[in-house]
Amino acid sequence: MSERILSVLVEDKPGVLARVSSTISRRGFNINSLSVGPTNIEGRSKMTIVTELDAVEQVKKQLNKLVNVIKIVELDPNMTIETEVLLLKVSINKDSQTSVIEKASLSNATSVDVGQDFAIFELTGSSKELDKFEALMKPFGIIEMVRGGRIALQSNL
Amino acid sequence: MTKEQLTGAELVIRGLEYLNVSTVFGVPGGAILPAYDPLYDSPIRHILARHEQGAGHMAEGYAQATGELGVVIATSGPGATNLITPLANALMDSTPLLAITGQVASTAIGNDAFQEAYTVGLSMAATKHNYLLTDASEIPQVLKEAKFIATTGRPGPVLVDIPKDILNQVAAWVEPGDLDLPGYKPTTEPNPKMVQQASSLIKKSKKPILYVGGGIIHSKANNELFELATKFNIPVVTTLMGRGAFPDGHELCLEMPGMHGNYTATTSIQNADLLIAIGVRFDDRVTANPSFFAQNAKVIHADIDPAEIGKVRDAEIPIVGDAKSVIKGLIEALGDEKLDTGNWVSELKEMKTEFPLSYNQEDKGPLKVPYVLEELQKLTKEEAIVVAGVGQHQMWVSQHWNFTEPNTWLNSGGLGTMGYALPAAIGAKTAYPDKLVLALDGDGCFQMTCQELITASTENIPIKIVVFNNGNHGMVRQWQKIFYNSKFSASELTHDTPDYLKLAESMGAVGLRIMEKSDIEKVFNKMLEINDRPVLVDCVVDPDDMVFPMVPAGGSNDQIIMNEEDLKNL
Ligand SMILES: Cc1ncc(C[n+]2csc(CCOP(=O)(O)OP(=O)(O)O)c2C)c(N)n1
Ligand SMILES: [Mg+2]
Repeated sequence: MSERILSVLVEDKPGVLARVSSTISRRGFNINSLSVGPTNIEGRSKMTIVTELDAVEQVKKQLNKLVNVIKIVELDPNMTIETEVLLLKVSINKDSQTSVIEKASLSNATSVDVGQDFAIFELTGSSKELDKFEALMKPFGIIEMVRGGRIALQSNL
Repeated sequence: MTKEQLTGAELVIRGLEYLNVSTVFGVPGGAILPAYDPLYDSPIRHILARHEQGAGHMAEGYAQATGELGVVIATSGPGATNLITPLANALMDSTPLLAITGQVASTAIGNDAFQEAYTVGLSMAATKHNYLLTDASEIPQVLKEAKFIATTGRPGPVLVDIPKDILNQVAAWVEPGDLDLPGYKPTTEPNPKMVQQASSLIKKSKKPILYVGGGIIHSKANNELFELATKFNIPVVTTLMGRGAFPDGHELCLEMPGMHGNYTATTSIQNADLLIAIGVRFDDRVTANPSFFAQNAKVIHADIDPAEIGKVRDAEIPIVGDAKSVIKGLIEALGDEKLDTGNWVSELKEMKTEFPLSYNQEDKGPLKVPYVLEELQKLTKEEAIVVAGVGQHQMWVSQHWNFTEPNTWLNSGGLGTMGYALPAAIGAKTAYPDKLVLALDGDGCFQMTCQELITASTENIPIKIVVFNNGNHGMVRQWQKIFYNSKFSASELTHDTPDYLKLAESMGAVGLRIMEKSDIEKVFNKMLEINDRPVLVDCVVDPDDMVFPMVPAGGSNDQIIMNEEDLKNL
């Protein structure tokens, strides 16, 4: 099943995230990723929701019923710029150090902190690139990792 | 000029008056107490329920009988949690409700303060929208918004939670201004192109069915529906929520389809070549297994809620809009067209005669609910507002009562809430003190909210209640008989406990009893005569009777069980 990306413009009111996620789980829909943040318009936030649902039409309609949801656009995957951010803390030692740093820089990850026995990298890119980087780092021992939700914009809108 | 300064509590009451609210139902308590103080001096009538669930159903009954906003007030914590059932009920049946709840002081929120509950969270999935107020100055505007959201589009319940310190905070009364709801713009006017396309489908149809429900009643579109059906000779089925939208007894009226619908209504949909579905949601109690539902029919689906269209059944012609505007549009688009539906109408007429609803009342045998209902309706000369509980009796009322006007049939269709009838009848009678309001209840249902009989007698709301006392959760018993080998696990009540006569008397009502056929006329006439107090009739009926026709849940509407005999072939 292919992914569907919804860009949801909402009023920046208390509880709006709870309303959206409650509606999604109430209707038994699954989501792969949800991110939320302010927009350039005052009082408006934008959520990016990634789902794999056939039932995306129902999700849209049910979310549209929420009083605080202003507009929902389903993004066209072919016209969409999408990105995600990752922070990854990996173990290093004398033997692995060079290899870790080399692999990270080949992946375009930036090192943001290095200690005696660890390094933290930041990487922004597509979800696939982030997956790949995680796999590359795995053999060295990932101590901790966090990924931000996926965000997207359609280039021709 | 300085603006008049009021407390939050006074703003709430002033706001309700401003919105033309004349009656509220509720139960006071700590957090909401500030609001009860100015309420005492307000012309708004407050009905003190004995349980917040009762108060909520009263507000629903008021709203469903009038088509206007019903208002309920409760305190924080348990007051608010007791409201969850009526809120969920109102959401399912699209009833416009405003719930105002007290909350612990805003400074205490989150500390597990005494009687704190996360009301906004708890009610989120049981309301159309809800609010937690943080400043008294918001009150007038939010109340206006809340009423607007509750009563427009697809109506529903809205809750406004107000912390106690906000109720005590002083702010100016500012007349509410224009509403700013960028995310709430219900579409009421249908797209003319879709209406045009719908009319072309109708013109081609030889076997159309108007499948209509609660949406007709909400949009007050019954006259338009009547014109559409009669002008173009299209038979009508009315769902449980749509009973009364088209008059029973009219030759085009096939009445209720579905799980306990009559044979002709259910079958007409199966045989139709076109469903003109307006203000309905293809509920599973109507469709049974949707893959077997109306397989030969194209579907025109009109609803004010876009999410209903295509939710269960794809529609060839989806129309988003208010039922009244849609029907007007269809009438106009059809113009002077003569539809070729004569054969279809006569076919269904014959089917009705061949497969009537039936029951077998023996002279000396136990009373059957359908018989009692028909006798009762003969004795009631005026148009009554009829309210039912949930169970066998509810299905029998819907089947056997003749409904000819909208808003005269109140029941809990979507949520199926036992305990709804008595308080909802109180709400309806509050709205229409001069109308006959009959609660036709089951014994199990009655026992869930029977303390509201005290509300009815102390507030001088003389409703009439008939408890169909089969000593059982009859509907549960029926399912156990059919699907669980007659293992009657936990479905038995008792015929004689409580003693309904004593119960009625102790609660300030008149108690009467029907045991056999010969009691019926005498007792019901007496019930109808008494108008200064509520009357409770204990009507002892057959514990073993079953509701037919029946299509088991998930079955096919092509296989209708007509009677006990048919069960043997299951
Ligand atoms: C609050 C609630 N609890 C449980 C049920 C499940 N239920 C549906 S019908 C029914 C029995 C109703 O009994 P009664 O009111 O006596 O009506 P009858 O079927 O006997 O006419 C029950 C328990 C329900 N609908 N609502
Ligand atoms: Mg019963």
